[in-house]
Amino acid sequence: MITYIIRRLLASIVLLFVVSVITFSIFFVVPRIAGGTPETLATRYVGRAATAGTVHLTAQKLGFYDPLTVQYANWAKGIVVGSTYDYGAGIEKCPAPCLGYSFITKQPVWPDLLDRAPVTFSLAIGASILWLVAGVSVGVLSALRRGTIFDRAAMGVALAGVSLPIFFTGLVSLAFFSYALGWTAPGGQFVPFTENPAQWAYSMILPWITLSFLFSAQYARLTRAGMLETMHEDYIRTARAKGLRERNVVIQHGLRAALTPILTIFGLDVGLLLGGAILTEKTFSLNGLGKYAVDGIFTQDMPKIMGVTLLAAFFIVIANLIVDLMYAVVDPRVRTQ
Amino acid sequence: MHFPTDDGVVKSVDGLSFNLERGETLGIVGESGSGKSVTSLSIMGLHEAGTAQISGQVLLNGDNLIGASPEHVRRLRGKEMAMIFQDPLSAMHPFYTVGHQIIEAYQVHNSVSKKVARKHAIDMLDRVGIPQPSSRVDEYPHQFSGGMRQRAMIAMALCCDPELLIADEPTTALDVTVQAQILDLIRDLQQEFNSAVIIITHDLGVVAELADDILVMYAGRAIEYATAHEIFTAPQHPYTWGLLGSMPRLDRERTERLKPIQGTPPSLINVPSGCPFHPRCTYAELNGGASETDRPEFVEISPRHFLACHLLEQERQRVWDNDIKPTL
Repeated sequence: MITYIIRRLLASIVLLFVVSVITFSIFFVVPRIAGGTPETLATRYVGRAATAGTVHLTAQKLGFYDPLTVQYANWAKGIVVGSTYDYGAGIEKCPAPCLGYSFITKQPVWPDLLDRAPVTFSLAIGASILWLVAGVSVGVLSALRRGTIFDRAAMGVALAGVSLPIFFTGLVSLAFFSYALGWTAPGGQFVPFTENPAQWAYSMILPWITLSFLFSAQYARLTRAGMLETMHEDYIRTARAKGLRERNVVIQHGLRAALTPILTIFGLDVGLLLGGAILTEKTFSLNGLGKYAVDGIFTQDMPKIMGVTLLAAFFIVIANLIVDLMYAVVDPRVRTQ
Repeated sequence: MHFPTDDGVVKSVDGLSFNLERGETLGIVGESGSGKSVTSLSIMGLHEAGTAQISGQVLLNGDNLIGASPEHVRRLRGKEMAMIFQDPLSAMHPFYTVGHQIIEAYQVHNSVSKKVARKHAIDMLDRVGIPQPSSRVDEYPHQFSGGMRQRAMIAMALCCDPELLIADEPTTALDVTVQAQILDLIRDLQQEFNSAVIIITHDLGVVAELADDILVMYAGRAIEYATAHEIFTAPQHPYTWGLLGSMPRLDRERTERLKPIQGTPPSLINVPSGCPFHPRCTYAELNGGASETDRPEFVEISPRHFLACHLLEQERQRVWDNDIKPTL
């Protein structure tokens, strides 16, 4: 068990390194392969109006003439200990963890990310609890009542849920519940949980429901399929032969086994969402990490995009690690090997 | 026990009747698809409740289980009647310890504390011959060997001291060396617990030493039912002869090959007319074609020996004495 944990931890560290290399490559190596020169990279930092001399000087100071390995080492070092950007016109400090420095807003990216993270976290955590509860319960009921009107209706709604994009369901629900009925907050509001939990929930309830609708649908289908399979297992027959109440047979024996693969997907989905739910944040005008990245894309502010990319990758790696460790908790066959 | 399907009604078990006292063992023998397992599952009330049409009576201590409320039957399951299955690995939940699964079975029917139930589980594991039961109680099924798992299944089945134990092919998935141990264990525990045991198998060798009575099934019907001694020394049905002929014997010279029964078991949707065995029966012509048209009655031909066959007694005696007995 200890070796399993250590192996998973080491694998995660290696994975993080690989992720950082790939991210670095996307932003610094691919442009070079595509024909960019150190000068064209530097123009992003000084503006198009700068003279050739200034561009050259900036490229030199930002290290764009260095070998790629040195550039990567400097960049990675910045994440760990922080760095300073001397781009000719001045020196900008970027304290650790330096995930980049936006020369457009003249600010390091990390504080921005910290600022946006609570929005995204609130969205992801609230929605994930909702969809796990809703998706799994609908899935279990559907499996137990296979072929009934409930099953058909639920699976019909689930199919719609899987197929309808967030920007459609989001806008429709905003128009209906916020503007027509006035039940929920209109988009663009966010009250931190620490300030006022009730207001926080009120401002997030519609994004939660909309986002969890999409995922609930997927989870209901997965749970239903898993339950249909496990309820035909021999150990379910054994549980019944022991005289267990049907409720316990379904929950303790059936669902317990069917839930394991769902937990895996759940961990990864939450990890993915923590890096920014772009469509949901955009639809509801929530200033989260996803919207931050989108804004970065529209203003061609590379360090912002890169920062969100790195952070999102970090969350996915961590989620992966947690899922692996959870697996050992829920499946004794993993733990005792 | 009938199952309506898209292709027609599957007459899985049809017109079957037997009885069993505490302390007795009944062996139900037949090929795959002869309705053995369906019989046992319907006794337990574990058949597919949605589609199965079941008629008749299952009397447990005079209590008719067919038509009784599912809740009533559930309370009896595990307490008054228990079952062990063919493959102990898939029959145990992979995520719970062996001990947990026994404790659970005990606690459903006995309101005792977890501690008492755990002690009982350890006792039961000890009684079925699992070494170091107090530590193995916390292990998972995958940490047990196949034979140990089946022992644990038996411990689980017997933990509430049931009146009836049904063992559905209890040794089929096990190594040959382990099979004998499990059968011995079932016999010893039966004496200790004084329960009635039904052993379901396709292997006459399994029931040879264990069973008091043997019921031979073919195509969902009983075709011969007698004491084990009668079945092995004076069997009357050509199908039983076939089963005996296809059984390897250690106490005979290996002079010739085993004799398989010709053909394959019939579909339970289109059961052959008349005697369901007649298409595969070597002796079907000996009675003027009655086997093809009339279903033979299941009648008591001598005390405690029931048979469904059109052959006349003299014919059966002649064939048995001349053709069958010398070759076995």
